[in-house]
Amino acid sequence: MGGWERVPQLVVYGLVSGSIITLGAIGLSLTYSILRFSNFAHGDLMTSGAYLGLAFLALFSPLLPGRFGPLSFGPALIPATILAMAANAALAIGIDRLVYRHLRRAKAVLLLMVSVGVAFLLRNLILFSAGADPLYFSHHIQRAIRFGSIQLKADQLFILGVAVLAVFLLHVLLRYTKTGKAMRAMADNRELAQVSGINTERVVAWTWGVGAALAALGGILSGIENKLVTPELGWQTLLPLFAAVILGGIGSPYGAMLGGMTIGLAEEVSTAFIPTSYKPAVAFGLLVLMLLVRPQGLFGRK
Amino acid sequence: MEILAGILNYLAFFAITAGVYAVLTLGLNVQWGYTGLFNIGVAGFYAVGAYTSALVSGPPPGALDWRTFGGWGLPFPLGLLSAAGVAAFLALLIGWITIRLKEDYLAIASIGIAEVLRLVIKNEAWLTNGVWGLKNIPSPLFGSVQKGVDGLLASHPDLPTWAASLLKGAYNWVYLALLLGVIAVLYFLLERALRSPWGRVLRAIREDEVAAAAQGKNVAAFKLQAFVLGSGIMGLAGSLYAHYARFLSVEKFEPFYGTFIVWVMLVAGGSGNNKGAILGAFLIWGLWAGTDFLTGFLPLSDVRANALRVALVGLVLILILLLRPRGILGEEKFVSRLFKG
Amino acid sequence: MLHGVSVALEPGELVTVIGPNGAGKSTLLKTIFGLLVPTQGTVQLEEEDITGVPPHHIVRRGMCYVPQVDNVFPSLTVQENLEMGAFILRGGIEERLSRVYELFPALAARRRQRVGKMSGGERQMVAMGRALMLDPKVLLLDEPTAALAPNLAEQVFQSILAIRASGVAILMVEQNARQSLAIADRGYVLVDGRNRHQGTGQELLADEEIGRLFLGG
Repeated sequence: MGGWERVPQLVVYGLVSGSIITLGAIGLSLTYSILRFSNFAHGDLMTSGAYLGLAFLALFSPLLPGRFGPLSFGPALIPATILAMAANAALAIGIDRLVYRHLRRAKAVLLLMVSVGVAFLLRNLILFSAGADPLYFSHHIQRAIRFGSIQLKADQLFILGVAVLAVFLLHVLLRYTKTGKAMRAMADNRELAQVSGINTERVVAWTWGVGAALAALGGILSGIENKLVTPELGWQTLLPLFAAVILGGIGSPYGAMLGGMTIGLAEEVSTAFIPTSYKPAVAFGLLVLMLLVRPQGLFGRK
Repeated sequence: MEILAGILNYLAFFAITAGVYAVLTLGLNVQWGYTGLFNIGVAGFYAVGAYTSALVSGPPPGALDWRTFGGWGLPFPLGLLSAAGVAAFLALLIGWITIRLKEDYLAIASIGIAEVLRLVIKNEAWLTNGVWGLKNIPSPLFGSVQKGVDGLLASHPDLPTWAASLLKGAYNWVYLALLLGVIAVLYFLLERALRSPWGRVLRAIREDEVAAAAQGKNVAAFKLQAFVLGSGIMGLAGSLYAHYARFLSVEKFEPFYGTFIVWVMLVAGGSGNNKGAILGAFLIWGLWAGTDFLTGFLPLSDVRANALRVALVGLVLILILLLRPRGILGEEKFVSRLFKG
Repeated sequence: MLHGVSVALEPGELVTVIGPNGAGKSTLLKTIFGLLVPTQGTVQLEEEDITGVPPHHIVRRGMCYVPQVDNVFPSLTVQENLEMGAFILRGGIEERLSRVYELFPALAARRRQRVGKMSGGERQMVAMGRALMLDPKVLLLDEPTAALAPNLAEQVFQSILAIRASGVAILMVEQNARQSLAIADRGYVLVDGRNRHQGTGQELLADEEIGRLFLGG
């Protein structure tokens, strides 16, 4: 009755939120399939990417002012995003060199524990540097376009488009480039990859780089959608990220997208029927359901 | 002498908090150290224990409370037992569903559980008073001790100030004695359990689950037992905390204070080692308190100082896992296997 | 554990190592390929000492290895598996690909198929093809016919002969003693980590003791 009327609008919100989750989930899925551990610091990589984006945006805004038509941002965001993605990639590779590299042969549990430590370290370093108050990507108030009973902002269409494009480009990378094939090979069989002469450390660096770049993109888009970011951004997204990866199956970018969209939709649409404050529990519920029914996910192999 | 009295009072307070964490760490040790269960939801059971005890032994809802449930004013030991019991029961329900999951899936599920519990505490004000917190939780023997102290102070008006301030803090020492007693009993019982046939099976499961199953052990059942026991102990810790702090708020059960720091304590002290668990708790809490003291000298806002301290704890965990994963007193064999994936 | 094992391989030769399970046959190959480092003894390739050189360098010197299990990338296609074999090369692997497809025509027809879905015999061909992409002088095969039905095993042995005919020296470890001795130039018999017999394939086939111990089937 009352709830059902809101569903179409919530579907829109769900697709947008799902896009952001997708970008984080792809990276998480990549590191899981190639490096064989659940990286609990991945959410915080989204946070670091978002804050890097803000920093670069502050740098470029005076040089490239203005906005793109109906969007809330302008040309300054483009170099800011690219640089943030690159910087975040470097950050992730750096963390790998310093920490995870020494644990290549360790069991997944140990890596998991270490990644929790990295998560708290990263998040609090951001908190220390930038403070706890939300920081804004834009103060512009967008006018929404009406489609019948649904409202859509230009930003939201943009976010959706970016996510789809990113997934597609990743697919191209994995399927058609030498590095992408090496990544898939390593995910299949690390020893055989070494035996074939593949430089596995380089593949690892690429994995972190791509994953972190996508995470940064997701963080920045989250900042655009919500107008602001806080240091808790990533950690709050962690549960939905894992839910998305498990739902969509590990190692498949299209799976991660399916998972991400499903979680986003489920979370948003659920608010029509259950109190908003319990939204995080929805992702968790789906996650547990999937773990029990089909732990390898919908697309997954193992 | 004044300063000494102040320090002593502070030490008592420090020891109590560290002691509560020691109980938490002992509980986690049963799950992780004995059995290899990766529970990142410690805060959930801790909180459940605390709130249960508060509702069982605390006063009925006051005029200004949103809470409408509970507050039966039952004696402290009942509060303690029900805290452990409810937490254990909850673990039974949850474990029933999740115990068969692979380690990292169990970890994710446990985060979710703790998160759901946190949401319930925050939102179901009729039960927990929500974000306004639960007040006026009684401390055991508080009344009698205070009467004694007041009596002494009244009959000896010429006591030096340092002695008076020491006396005023006397209850802390009483509570500390109680807490240390609980820890001692717990330690004794857990050590017995560890060396018993039951404990041996748990360790076999931790070393090599497949082999243990091949020997006909019902691995899931043993894991569930360890999970329930550990969670019950965590609930106990919650009760011990609640009756000392006398006020419960959601912040104290956040992932850092309720789960992460406990893990760091266990890893630092030595997983699989009960002495290590207790040592780790005191050491890491000492580190935490120490950094509080140190950052007092720096011109930092509270938020920033806190962030720095948390970051440091994260760094400590990483360093320990990289450089000395067995911890200070640790059980070596199990942890070294974690390195040989 | 291997004790005082000595094995030699001449260019273009097909040598097989047989022996019971646990005799150390796989260990021998892994040591030669650098996956294991011997406490004593050396591995030489064309007069050069390569003891302990790691696998990704050994492949550059012209020796390739096919493990017994997990020897393909299941989620990659046949073509992609072969491409991975030539990963260290900068480009221009068309010629090598066509040579491998010539050797294994069955693979040419299914080059876009995911290897995980193929039969055991076909996977074995992909595994060997991958190792051949770098044009090695020496090919190490670890039990190539393990877990294969007799007709498929026969196919694999034929492929091995074809590989030998193309000029590659092959050292293979085999459970299937009779057939491998029949096609081999020379053989070694490894028991409990030690060299027990050696000789030409025909000699060993004819030997009564060996016949009794290993050539039961």
